Amino acid sequence: MPLDLLLEGILFGILLGCFYAAVSMGLSVSFGLLDVPHVAHPAVMVVGSYCTFLLSRMGLDPIVAGLVLMPPFFLLGMLMYRFYYEAFEKRGTEAGVRGIAFFFGVALIIEVGLIVSFGVDQRMVEASYIGSSLRFGDIRIPQRTLVVFGVAIAMSVLLTLYMSKTFTGRAIKAVAQDEPALRLMGANPVRIKQWAFGIATAVAALAGAMLIIIGPVDPNMDRIYIGRTFAVVVLAGLGSMTGTIFAGLILGISESLVLIHPDLGASWAPAVSFALLLLVLGIRPQGLFGR
Amino acid sequence: MKRFSPLFSLLVGLLFSAAALAQQGPIKIGMSMPQTGGLGAGGQSALLALRMWVEDVNAKGGLLGRKVELIAYDDQTNPANTPGIYTKLLDIDKVDLLIAPYGTVPTAPIMPLVKQRGLLLMGNFSFGVNNVVKHDMWFNNAPWNTAASWSDGFIQAGQKLGGKTIAFLAADNDFAQNLANGARELAKKAGLQTVYNQNYPPTTQDFSSLVRGIRAAKPDIVFVMSYPPDSVAIVRAVNEIGVGDSVKIFGGGMVGLQFTPIMTNLGSSLNGIVNYNSFVPGIKYPGIDDFLKRYAVKAAEAKVDPLGFYLPPFNYAIGQMYEQAINATKSLDHKRLADYLRKNEMQTIVGPIRYGPDGEWANARVVQAQFRGVTDKNTDQFREVGKQIVLYPPQYKTGDVIAPFEKARGK
Repeated sequence: MPLDLLLEGILFGILLGCFYAAVSMGLSVSFGLLDVPHVAHPAVMVVGSYCTFLLSRMGLDPIVAGLVLMPPFFLLGMLMYRFYYEAFEKRGTEAGVRGIAFFFGVALIIEVGLIVSFGVDQRMVEASYIGSSLRFGDIRIPQRTLVVFGVAIAMSVLLTLYMSKTFTGRAIKAVAQDEPALRLMGANPVRIKQWAFGIATAVAALAGAMLIIIGPVDPNMDRIYIGRTFAVVVLAGLGSMTGTIFAGLILGISESLVLIHPDLGASWAPAVSFALLLLVLGIRPQGLFGR
Repeated sequence: MKRFSPLFSLLVGLLFSAAALAQQGPIKIGMSMPQTGGLGAGGQSALLALRMWVEDVNAKGGLLGRKVELIAYDDQTNPANTPGIYTKLLDIDKVDLLIAPYGTVPTAPIMPLVKQRGLLLMGNFSFGVNNVVKHDMWFNNAPWNTAASWSDGFIQAGQKLGGKTIAFLAADNDFAQNLANGARELAKKAGLQTVYNQNYPPTTQDFSSLVRGIRAAKPDIVFVMSYPPDSVAIVRAVNEIGVGDSVKIFGGGMVGLQFTPIMTNLGSSLNGIVNYNSFVPGIKYPGIDDFLKRYAVKAAEAKVDPLGFYLPPFNYAIGQMYEQAINATKSLDHKRLADYLRKNEMQTIVGPIRYGPDGEWANARVVQAQFRGVTDKNTDQFREVGKQIVLYPPQYKTGDVIAPFEKARGK
């Protein structure tokens, strides 16, 4: 493969990888830190995409729309966790298995709700950075991927700072590590988890905005992302924001290189990505940044 | 003993006949149709057209004196659902006649079922599903027959422009691969050198890398065989990354660029693309203008594809073919109907159709048209003659291709 093509493959992979990290970040909190099997995370993200679509029709930039959506999604997440807690977690040890069924149900309801509300057509948004590219000699980089890259990095940095520098952030990490100890310290783990789930859902709203910036969305799009997002979170080491970026990059770069290489066979792209996941987990079962 | 007059006997006889017909109930036609998933948008408009035919035929008194009822289930564009749906249609709903779901992938799994039970199946825009099964009671409504018929016009146009090299990009599923293989064979026969040949996985979200790979290969002709969500992403990536100055003609088999919401959303980025179609304004078929006018009203109410050029007329034609065959044979017997369909020319709003021995059209009429002068955010522009210039088939040609691709795009 020519060197310029290889370099472009890596470049596209970095941009794609950051997008994968962005769509996985909310799950990194809900599943990675809170141990909630939130398989409806991609479906919530798609709701964020549709809300972004509605707001963009009112003239808002998609990224601004994603930011505007974060507070209501935060509240939605808190409500969703409260329901999950009361219905499953509070009742005992089989919450995990039943929780998976619950969140699958939520995902299906969301899909059907979107179909009924918006129809099955694909929806897309418009912005000055969608459909245009930056040129550096012969290299052209889609601006939409650059925007998503920037937002993903900013989101990762902010979440990492929040988790390490604030009292609530440290409490969220503590509840992930030792819930009884946190209870003994006088903190209410359920409220902490509820808060964290709210953050995860708010992040999913912004990720939804990025999803519709990258490409058109339809109500069933969440299915494509269930495997990818969980793979990124597991590869990262559950709950690590920095790890999520690195894991996204590994999947993105490997996928991009397989897609751009003229002789490798693009069909193998997902297989190569997930083979890498297995390989890394074989060497480090706790994930790249897991402890 | 009092005798009844002949008139009275006739009236009683007629009453009994009418009662017997009423007891028979409606003629049930069953099908699955994608209403959700990748083919959902097309499936909704196709189903609307079939319901229009049912209304029309019932307004004329039905068939064989019975009303016609259409029973349709959503297969979610999921091939795993269709065998179960058709078994239910046959064994629970007891339908009299069948229509296949829209698309190749959902149709393929029901072919063994209909062959095993000896049932007539009207195909619905699928490709090559009968190649292996070889069911003699299969009749497709699609204007293509072999893989060559699909891509022939495109490859010919590329050759006329002096193309010597070709790139293939195709979705990695049964339907796309069948067609892409046909195009690959045609290209080989035409002496074109393949410089790029990739199948992409259906989960691909961003096509920047693939389009960059095509640009690096510097082909003269780029043949793309993609499904609707991918087609949108590919057009967008081509707009951003570019395929290079070498490309004379781009497109061919991109599913989705026939659907109104996608055409409207992509707008001017469609310009220059040469792609297959079933019908575009400018082609004169008897009765199609009236159908499209009535369809436009219903589509607006149902909030489905407002133009309805691609699938709806051909689905209406399925109803017309059943109508013609049933009226001619005075029967619902599948073998008799199949025999009639095989031997006679069918008169439809998409022109006359005569079937070959494999149940595909004896004479294919796949249109290859180039998008020209398309502007953004305007659906109605596509009703105009001239936004899609017909390059092929020759008898419907409305203009010559503009090349190279970058020039045709106005870049």
